[in-house]
Amino acid sequence: MSVPLTLLGLLEREPSHGYDLKRDYDTWFGRGKPLPYGQVYATLSRLARDGKAIAGPAEHGEGPDRKRYAITEAGIADVEHWLSEPAPPEPHLQTVLFAKVVLALMLDRPADRYLDTQRAAHLQRMRELTALKERGDLMDILLADHGLYHLEADLRWMDHTAARLDMLAQEVHQ
Amino acid sequence: MSGGMIIGARDVVKSFGQTPALRGASLEVQQGEIVAVMGPSGSGKSTLLHCLAGILTPDEGEVWFAGQRLDTLTETQRSEVRRDKFGFVFQSGQLVPELTAEENVALPLLLGGTRRAAALAQARDWFGRIGLDGLGNRRSGELSGGQAQRVALARGMVNGPQVLFADEPTGSLDSVSGELVMSLMTRAAREQNTTVILVTHDARVAAYADREVIVRDGTVSSLTGAAPSAGAAPSSRAAR
Repeated sequence: MSVPLTLLGLLEREPSHGYDLKRDYDTWFGRGKPLPYGQVYATLSRLARDGKAIAGPAEHGEGPDRKRYAITEAGIADVEHWLSEPAPPEPHLQTVLFAKVVLALMLDRPADRYLDTQRAAHLQRMRELTALKERGDLMDILLADHGLYHLEADLRWMDHTAARLDMLAQEVHQ
Repeated sequence: MSGGMIIGARDVVKSFGQTPALRGASLEVQQGEIVAVMGPSGSGKSTLLHCLAGILTPDEGEVWFAGQRLDTLTETQRSEVRRDKFGFVFQSGQLVPELTAEENVALPLLLGGTRRAAALAQARDWFGRIGLDGLGNRRSGELSGGQAQRVALARGMVNGPQVLFADEPTGSLDSVSGELVMSLMTRAAREQNTTVILVTHDARVAAYADREVIVRDGTVSSLTGAAPSAGAAPSSRAAR
């Protein structure tokens, strides 16, 4: 799960304060593990330093840092690249895949195509593992099976999600 | 349609009454290729298989096999193609219960006019390949589900078909028996350069294929061409 890219994705919706980003991150992606404020501001500073976001002038108000951040063209390109590139097919991807689907829907990007690309990457990895089983010994087979069952679980989740994208899109736009 | 294609569909439309099953499905499969056809229930994947196999004729569009239109042949000609050029494996073996396993495997040869002794000898050869040596005289009721499906596979492959159609061939098997059937099927197909059209909803089964296509709402999409075009991001959100 990439916190910088997820925050950048949230920034692409509209320029935001660190506070708003933390709130939205915790709502959508935190799942009981809130992002510490320190990490939010440190990440935003790094993104600004690297030219992915721009910090506005400090605003008067409560809180430690009342700057509004906006995404740059370079930041948008990073988000686009991250969303459209399939994640390396390996077990325990659910948080990354979930974040990508939700962000793609928030940003009106083609989540269905991203899921298809990911699906193709998963099936390619499954073909490789299946070929390994065909020529491997029992230990290889059992290890390959472990990978295959996890990848299959991801694929089933992708199918299930793909069938519900319309509903999910309504939810994230509320 | 391209030169290396052995079988394919072009813009096939097929409805059952008022219900459309295929709405312009196109697919090209090369000689020796193993293609998994996936898709949700009711998406039209079995209808596509039946159209490609000449079991159903499309309402519109074309089906090609070995450089010829299949859909414009007479029913008699199509059934000859099915008997001589195609093999079939379905979800549950569908062995003839009155016949022995060996006779079941010999059936396509007997129907094609091979003499009984030669057909049975050829069938017997398959029992070693499918790991069922000595079980040729059993009837289907005396075989486990996995054994019966291996017999059905041998029956589908015995006459050296150019295309094997497999519709959920492991659907009623446990995972280990299913893997054995898939492993035997793909090995036999590669040895004989047989093309396989494999309908399955199971990704672990599809992983035995060379590639997969998805049938959605009656059309075919290929995952490998699914990469989104870059640079589509709206730039108005960027700070300048």
